[in-house]
Amino acid sequence: MTRKQRRLILIGASLGVLGIALALVLSAMSSSIVFFQSPTDVATEHLAPGTRIRIGGLVKPGSVERGADLRISFKVTDGKNDVPVHYQGIVPDLFREGQGVVAEGKLEPGGMFTADTVLAKHDERYMPKEVVDALKKSGRWQEGAEQAAKGAMR
Amino acid sequence: MIPELGHYALVLALALGLVQSVAPVIGARRGDAVLMRLANSTALMQFVFVALSFLALTICYVTSDFSVRTVVENSNSMMPVIYKISSVWGNHEGSMLLWVLILSLFGAAVALFGGNLPASLKANALAVQSWIACAFYLFILLTSNPFLRLFPAPAQGQSLNPILQDPGLAVHPPLLYLGYVGFSMAFSFAIAALIEGRIDAAWARWVRPWTLAAWMCLTLGIAGGSYWAYYTLGWGGFWFWDPVENASLMPWLAGTALLHTAVVMEKRNALKIWTILLAILTFSLSLIGTFLVRSGVLTSVHSFANDPRRGVFILAILVLFIGGSLTLFAWRASVLKQGGLFAPISREGALVFNNLFLTTSCLTVLVGTLYPLALESLTGTKITVGGPFFNLTFGPLFLTLMFAMPFGPLLAWKRGDILGAAQRLMAAFGVGLVAVGVAFAIEGGTSLLAPFGVGLAFYVMVGALVDIAERTGLLRMPLATVRARAAGMPRSAWGTAVAHFGIAMTLLGIVGAAAWGTERIIEIKPSQTVSLSGYELRYEGLKQMPGPNYTEEVGTFTVHKGGVPVGVMHPSKRSFASRDMTTNEAALMARGPGQLYLSLGDSKPDGSIAIRLYYKPMVLLIWLGGVVMMLGGALSLSDRRLRVGAPKPAAKPALQPAE
Repeated sequence: MTRKQRRLILIGASLGVLGIALALVLSAMSSSIVFFQSPTDVATEHLAPGTRIRIGGLVKPGSVERGADLRISFKVTDGKNDVPVHYQGIVPDLFREGQGVVAEGKLEPGGMFTADTVLAKHDERYMPKEVVDALKKSGRWQEGAEQAAKGAMR
Repeated sequence: MIPELGHYALVLALALGLVQSVAPVIGARRGDAVLMRLANSTALMQFVFVALSFLALTICYVTSDFSVRTVVENSNSMMPVIYKISSVWGNHEGSMLLWVLILSLFGAAVALFGGNLPASLKANALAVQSWIACAFYLFILLTSNPFLRLFPAPAQGQSLNPILQDPGLAVHPPLLYLGYVGFSMAFSFAIAALIEGRIDAAWARWVRPWTLAAWMCLTLGIAGGSYWAYYTLGWGGFWFWDPVENASLMPWLAGTALLHTAVVMEKRNALKIWTILLAILTFSLSLIGTFLVRSGVLTSVHSFANDPRRGVFILAILVLFIGGSLTLFAWRASVLKQGGLFAPISREGALVFNNLFLTTSCLTVLVGTLYPLALESLTGTKITVGGPFFNLTFGPLFLTLMFAMPFGPLLAWKRGDILGAAQRLMAAFGVGLVAVGVAFAIEGGTSLLAPFGVGLAFYVMVGALVDIAERTGLLRMPLATVRARAAGMPRSAWGTAVAHFGIAMTLLGIVGAAAWGTERIIEIKPSQTVSLSGYELRYEGLKQMPGPNYTEEVGTFTVHKGGVPVGVMHPSKRSFASRDMTTNEAALMARGPGQLYLSLGDSKPDGSIAIRLYYKPMVLLIWLGGVVMMLGGALSLSDRRLRVGAPKPAAKPALQPAE
């Protein structure tokens, strides 16, 4: 086998594997990607019920209700709009009223959001980036608020 | 005084680094032995000064010097000493200092142990190593100085993030950095080879041990980080396809490919250009990982406080080194001579297959990690690419690779016999098929995917054993011959079999825990019981306990199986007053290779408490497999041919006397 033939086989095989990988990536992109929406997006964009999305914002103070069997419902707000969320399970340690939260799940026909995952912040110092952006979009984010909070702790 | 000394030591290291960046290259050009040897002393002294700087910072942490800003932000005089020390690198500034410490450690190691390297290759490689070091010294000094003072000094610090107050922090980042940064050696040698315009089998023999050592540390670092996340985050997951995790997985995949292709280059003098490219790509992925974690484009527990200037600086380093090295590669690669020929079905062919699949699966991880960032910065749309994406892309590619894995070692160099290899793997196919059948029967025929995964894992494990049996003549020869052959077998062959066995163990663990794990999330009152997979847990009560810098609520659960007591579990929640935070300490009970996993949720005034209970069969194999892979690497590293040193490179044409 000559060098040229060998090289052709190699290039052919590489292109083949890359092609397969590309096909896998494209098909996975269309089926398994989750979009992030702020409560205002949910209110204004009329998403089809049943779509899997992520929402983020603050847990609206006074909205948390705990039921039997670890059911919990609360509202996620960006200051302009609220989304009511249902969840069954244990919420993270840093899940608190007035704090940032990200929830992943499905939008029900009545506008209720059923979450199967609830994420809170890793640390009391930082806000999830998605939440900051959602709040900035609705105009409720004050630059420097985090810094001020940090300074107060010293 | 001590912080200033540390700062000054780092500036001195930078000065030495600048000398080392230039002088050895000129020396190698002119054939000036003195200039080339200069790199040895500067590399050693760089390490000494960075180590002094690191020591100074450690002293600031241990003595709780709250006039230093990073100490105030990340330490607290109440913390146990081990966490005071590990919080040195539990923040952005300190972790970058650890990064350059390890970089200079590798540079010093080449200066010390690289005695048998050709002088010009060594000089050029140390110079390249120093370019990287200077870029990061400047990064630290200009944007992330850990020695900045604070005036007036507060009386108490803010303490380390409680999630990081764990022995895991003492081990995970140093190991990970030893791996990440260790790949810089392969990079520096690759660039040096491109500068010199020559490369041969001896080059691969020098580079391989460094890459192997880095790969071992990275393997252990990833496995350790995964176990840490598993027991500390409280929901029993061991891999989240988080961008930060992917940032460490990508160099691992590329580094694994590099290890395999370096063998081809060493033994057969082939695939030279590809090996050089892979060495560049592996370290580039380490740099991309550093960029992702350190620049603040991602939010996670790993991204400490952020500053946009840092992101721009690291991006500049990234562009300079990746762009520069790839340009150099495009310009110089054609100078390198082509190596030996081989048929597509051969050991070389199998290793090319391995490389093709490893790099392609690495590419899918890269796409899944960077696509959301690119999409957000271009269109503002935010998306999440999580587990399902990687299961559909990375999964099939990696499983295909694992199917081919046992064939590789059974094929001969140059021209192999795939049918013969398949025949010798009959036992492995048989065991694999039986495993599929047994798993299918136990599961009750609900899904094919998990039994298939189990079968694949057993097939690879037996395949690794078949390789050893074939080499030693087991079952074919008298026992004495087998023993003599086993003793005479190169350690690298043992290493291959052990490492392949390890990755199969990891696969078995992942399949077992993911497919047959059971869970219950319920509220429970004292003296009630909950049962899961044959285990009965009785909740005895909750107790308050003081800790060194936290208070702890410890639950007590007695565990029975079939009426027989098997032990007590103590999950707890720790509240840290210094940060107004709680952390979850899950209780783990090993049951064979499986584990019972119990973590606490919120408690209610009526005495009930929410719990998460998991039974994860075979879960320990995930990390044990990582340890076994690392041991395989260690066996290979102890191979005689690496210990006795590299052979002399192909004779150079005699130097012409100057006219």
